[in-house]
Amino acid sequence: MKIIEVEHLTKYYGKARGIVDVSFSVEEGEIFGFIGPNGAGKSTTIRLFLSLIYPTKGSARIFGRDCIADGPAIRQEIGYLPSEVFYYEGMKVLDLLKYSASFYQKDCTKRMYELADLMELDLKRRIDDLSYGNKKKVGIVQGLLHSPKLIVLDEPTSGLDPLMQQKFFNLIREENKRGATIFFSSHILGEVQKMCDRVAIIKDGSIINIQDIKTLQKDNYKKIKITGSGMTDAVEKLEGVTSVETSNGTVSFFYKGDINTVTKLVSKQPITDLTVEDLTLEEIFMHYYE
Amino acid sequence: MNIYKHELRIRLRSVIIWSLSVMALLFVFISISAKFTEKAGLMNELLANYPPELLMAFGMAEMDFSSILGYFGLIFLFCQICLGIQAANYGFGLVSIEESEFTADFLLAKPVKRSAILTSKLLAAFTSLTITNAVVWASSFFFLAVYDKGTGYDVKTLMILLATIPAFQLVFLGLGVVISLMVKRVRSVTPFSMALVFGTYTFNAFSGMLGEKSLDLLTPFKHFDPNFIVKNANWDWPLVAISVGVIIVSFPASYWLYSRRNIPSAT
Repeated sequence: MKIIEVEHLTKYYGKARGIVDVSFSVEEGEIFGFIGPNGAGKSTTIRLFLSLIYPTKGSARIFGRDCIADGPAIRQEIGYLPSEVFYYEGMKVLDLLKYSASFYQKDCTKRMYELADLMELDLKRRIDDLSYGNKKKVGIVQGLLHSPKLIVLDEPTSGLDPLMQQKFFNLIREENKRGATIFFSSHILGEVQKMCDRVAIIKDGSIINIQDIKTLQKDNYKKIKITGSGMTDAVEKLEGVTSVETSNGTVSFFYKGDINTVTKLVSKQPITDLTVEDLTLEEIFMHYYE
Repeated sequence: MNIYKHELRIRLRSVIIWSLSVMALLFVFISISAKFTEKAGLMNELLANYPPELLMAFGMAEMDFSSILGYFGLIFLFCQICLGIQAANYGFGLVSIEESEFTADFLLAKPVKRSAILTSKLLAAFTSLTITNAVVWASSFFFLAVYDKGTGYDVKTLMILLATIPAFQLVFLGLGVVISLMVKRVRSVTPFSMALVFGTYTFNAFSGMLGEKSLDLLTPFKHFDPNFIVKNANWDWPLVAISVGVIIVSFPASYWLYSRRNIPSAT
């Protein structure tokens, strides 16, 4: 079953571009990565899911229902963690969480305390006394306390220390095992690579690629380093070679094509060292943006 | 219901401060009323020496100091200014504060319709205003009873005057909400509410000074003119109808605008 279906979704803010003709879908139980630099349209897409803003054209459906017409019903089952969290300053953490829980039909009390405990959140403090990282923890508990079927994360880890990030990712994995679908927007590629099954890459408001992370890494480019004399010229003559760099007798380059072409070339003359690697998501990403 | 309660709670302190302020204003002016009413002849003589335009500007032209209600009409104008600012503050801030402090993202991501949010917020704001209204009623009757030195006044006229408060509050509440939804972003509520209340008050003053009747149409201060009500023991119905019209238009317009609004994001 498709949890998110986006069709030709377009949003202009007056004349300013938000996103243009974005289409993709997310399957139930997936951890779907959504990557792109600042201003590419990640938050715009998410805000359209939550009907915080309305599309100029196109539509988004969640759980098979229209985001605008059935917004309130859909949001019963969405947990949202924004990139920057803002809450009512004068409130205590516990009061805010209770207020948050009061919007959902189910009883969230038990899960709320569990999560607060897990995130080491002091419930008695006032929101305005909290550090940025602690506010973020409030956001996490607040976003997950109703055990939502779809969790929407918008650059969730900013402000969390590495230890908390680890806990957070474990938590998200658990939620995923429980059956929750995760929509994970980020510009930190390492974490997307660790977490996600599939990714969509968004650039200047348009999707430029949607792929399995594994396929993205396997089927695409290889990063190859060869140490040996006179290799640079030979490498440059090959088809499918990009980003050739030579330093200290080592030539490194990205290669797309039949790997046997490279091994044949290498076997022709003596070399001292050879490494063949998959590109990291970061390198793939940079490649798309060059 | 949860939003309603939440809204009441965050506005509680403001309601208490406004109510106490208006109460203090009524206390101070009513407590010195005897000084004016005792020497009503002198006061009327004194005022007669001022240029009539000036008196009109302050709504004092047709005041009769010999009756305590005549004097109360003047106090009530100050009272109206306070109530107007309070109502306009709540109106302008109703949805805009959540947007400028970015808590709107929290609230609107919850499973609740925007119309339901606005209804809860409006009801909570009106409840808050009604508390202040009740305080004005109670303090008016109480202080007048304590400080009236036997000149006596018509209770019914006083009630007709005080009964204007909810309508007066709703005009400014409604205008506040609808204007805040017509602009892209309200950075700070106070300049907006001050401009609205003192702007309409100035229309009232100018209409008195220049005898420009068309300005009367634009200002709730004229629609609910205390002097007129005290003198006639009745509302100026044709003008009141304009205010009622503003109320009837502004609230549905607010729902319409809010349901189509793009919520600005923090980043």
